[in-house]
Amino acid sequence: MADKKRIDEATGTSTVGHEWDGIEELNTPLPRWWLWTFYASIVWAAGYVVLYPAWPMLNSATQGMLGWTSRGALDREMQAHAERRAPITSAIAATPLTDLPAKPELMQAAVQGGAAAFRVHCVQCHGAGGAGVKKLYPSLTDDDWLWGGDLASIEYTIAHGVRNPDHKATRVSQMPAFGRDGILDAAQIADVVSHVRVISGQEKPSAAAARGEVLFQANCAVCHGATGAGDRTVGAPKLTDAVWLYGGDRDSLTATIVQPRNGVMPRWGHRLDPVTVKMLATYVYSLGGGEKAPAPAPTSEGQGADGQP
Amino acid sequence: MASPDDLTGENAPLYAARKGVYPKKVDGPFRRFKWAIMGITLAIYYGTPWIRWDRGAYAPDQAVLVDLANRRFYMFQIEIWPHEFYYVAGLLIMAGIGLFLVTSAVGRAWCGYACPQTVWTDLFQHVDRLVDGDRNAQIRLANGPWTFEKISKRAIKYLIYLTIAFWTGGAWIMYFADAPTLTADFWTGQAAPIAYATVAVLTATTFILGGFMREQVCIYMCPWPRIQTAMMDEKSLLVTYKDWRGEPRGSVKKAEAHPGAFGDCIDCNHCVAVCPTGIDIREGPQIGCITCALCIDACDGVMKQVGRPRGLIDYCTLDDAATEKAGGVGKPVMKTLLRPRTLIYFGIWSAIGAAMLFSLGQRTRLDLAVQHERSPLYVQLSDGHIRNNYTLKLRNMETRPRRVAVTVDGLKGAALWTEAGSRETAGQRIEIALAPDSVTRVKLFIAAPGDGPARQDFTIATRGLDGDPRGDSDIIQFDRPEADQ
Repeated sequence: MADKKRIDEATGTSTVGHEWDGIEELNTPLPRWWLWTFYASIVWAAGYVVLYPAWPMLNSATQGMLGWTSRGALDREMQAHAERRAPITSAIAATPLTDLPAKPELMQAAVQGGAAAFRVHCVQCHGAGGAGVKKLYPSLTDDDWLWGGDLASIEYTIAHGVRNPDHKATRVSQMPAFGRDGILDAAQIADVVSHVRVISGQEKPSAAAARGEVLFQANCAVCHGATGAGDRTVGAPKLTDAVWLYGGDRDSLTATIVQPRNGVMPRWGHRLDPVTVKMLATYVYSLGGGEKAPAPAPTSEGQGADGQP
Repeated sequence: MASPDDLTGENAPLYAARKGVYPKKVDGPFRRFKWAIMGITLAIYYGTPWIRWDRGAYAPDQAVLVDLANRRFYMFQIEIWPHEFYYVAGLLIMAGIGLFLVTSAVGRAWCGYACPQTVWTDLFQHVDRLVDGDRNAQIRLANGPWTFEKISKRAIKYLIYLTIAFWTGGAWIMYFADAPTLTADFWTGQAAPIAYATVAVLTATTFILGGFMREQVCIYMCPWPRIQTAMMDEKSLLVTYKDWRGEPRGSVKKAEAHPGAFGDCIDCNHCVAVCPTGIDIREGPQIGCITCALCIDACDGVMKQVGRPRGLIDYCTLDDAATEKAGGVGKPVMKTLLRPRTLIYFGIWSAIGAAMLFSLGQRTRLDLAVQHERSPLYVQLSDGHIRNNYTLKLRNMETRPRRVAVTVDGLKGAALWTEAGSRETAGQRIEIALAPDSVTRVKLFIAAPGDGPARQDFTIATRGLDGDPRGDSDIIQFDRPEADQ
């Protein structure tokens, strides 16, 4: 092939000597600086291989003389980020929770921090936007609260959880299993359901509801109140509104009275630092249902049995 | 030294060394035109960041500023936000079509006069002449031994190269921050590391590309000469050696001895000597020719000396070359420039420009973007109402604080409140204070009666409360639970 090398007449350039069905290639040389650039790249690569992790071995790659690792780089970045955040974090730590809404910038930072922590620790049950799961986990975005929707109450619930075994300060309430334990029979439960549906505006008053009211006053009013307004100090839900954690239709209400769920929420006070708990509280507060702190009541009444707000 | 064009034989090298180019000094109309272009382009490049432009208290007072940190692009009275980047895209399209226009009309005029590589190479070649002398002195020095004179001249020359290169790199960063502040910060070591890195990189590239690579950039690295080949046609102006007039070449003496036997070219090689890319234009159109027209100046000077008409080397289209070769007269230049192709390019180019100017004049400086929160889509409120959450992005693109109202239309019984308010204080509209030249994010809660369609469209609108009632609106959905739930 090489003997076919010739000078192309049109360009005056020699061909490389190969020919494919009459098509030939001109031998246009690269500029020499191109070669130097290539050598420089080789030198650069050699240095890179020595300084940085490069050769894949059986278990890991060669270490490189600089000791650089991607995990190390991440650690450094995380460290630097924590240092950058430190002033805000300490300012949030130093500000009483109830004073945060008055400081919009600090509040905004706390809400953002809380949103990040929420995505890690809370979304598994409460959902990405805090909407909860129907008939399983409560929505945090509405205006109906079992344990109170002001900042301090939310923070307390996050720190101590709900119905945590072996934790004295936890939020705890227990609705009796009226059906399972035979406290009320099926007809009586149906009457109570009728009453609850009347006071929540879902049914018209009836004879069954009237019978149910008597039963309600005897069995339920102690926690849910005579009018069904609920009692946040014991986590008894309001029965007169449109928000139902476990459903407000006849079947759901019957199921709840027969055997309540008594849902559980982990406590986070011993797992997360106080600033994170504080930020979580501001985030949940900001979801749309946040309430103003209740007017200070007499100390004996204002707090729950265990100093719960 | 072997050049790419004269490779012959079995032992042709695989890599071609650069052939030194030592362009000779020349004077003439094109050289003076190039001086003017160089002066203007360098003045624009170095000077623009220092022009001040008063925008009030809330915006920078630099006329041209690419504020990457705050994502703003300022150009005199025009301020571009990131979401308006299509204006920049439009400018780039105009630049592209502008290059098509110029190329189809006057060939590689960009390469020959205005390309930064050409301008800086030209500047560096002037430095060569200043330090080393003209062409012959440069060649002598390059080929000579490393005497004290050569070393000191090289040192001085590279020092001047470096100064120009540093100045070039330094001017670049001024477009990205307040120039006086950045200059002070730069010299006191307080500028951002990226500023120093940028200056270092651009100093190095200017030093290498302008001082040493020069025509190699045009011949080997730049894609534009290849693209231009496709843009040119037989009606594009090219720097042409009129071989039908010049050949056969012969000296003045020979021509006097044999009248009529020789052409006008006296083979003085002036055209080769002045060429900044080191080519011989008499070999015909070639990729190394950037059409700087310096050979026209050189040849015209020689023709004047020997008393022959100018224009042996001249701008000429391929069509005219054929006509003149056949003994005819080429078309006038204006007729070459104004033809359907260039006019169409110019039409497209100016239409884009006019459309952009028009839309710049029409754009409102208060912009609303609404996002419907999807998790959850709706919230059941205890009184039976339904609440939907929205995130409003209110862009106040004016450099003054503003007060605006946000209202809804088409949603019965709607009550609006923001994080700052509560449902108790909710009303038909909310008022929001907007910081100047910034985006304000507002979380908007809207509650409406629960009886209604599962999904309905309504309008959220905003308008200024401070004299300029223009505003913006967005159609968005309000969701309710499905009936069976």
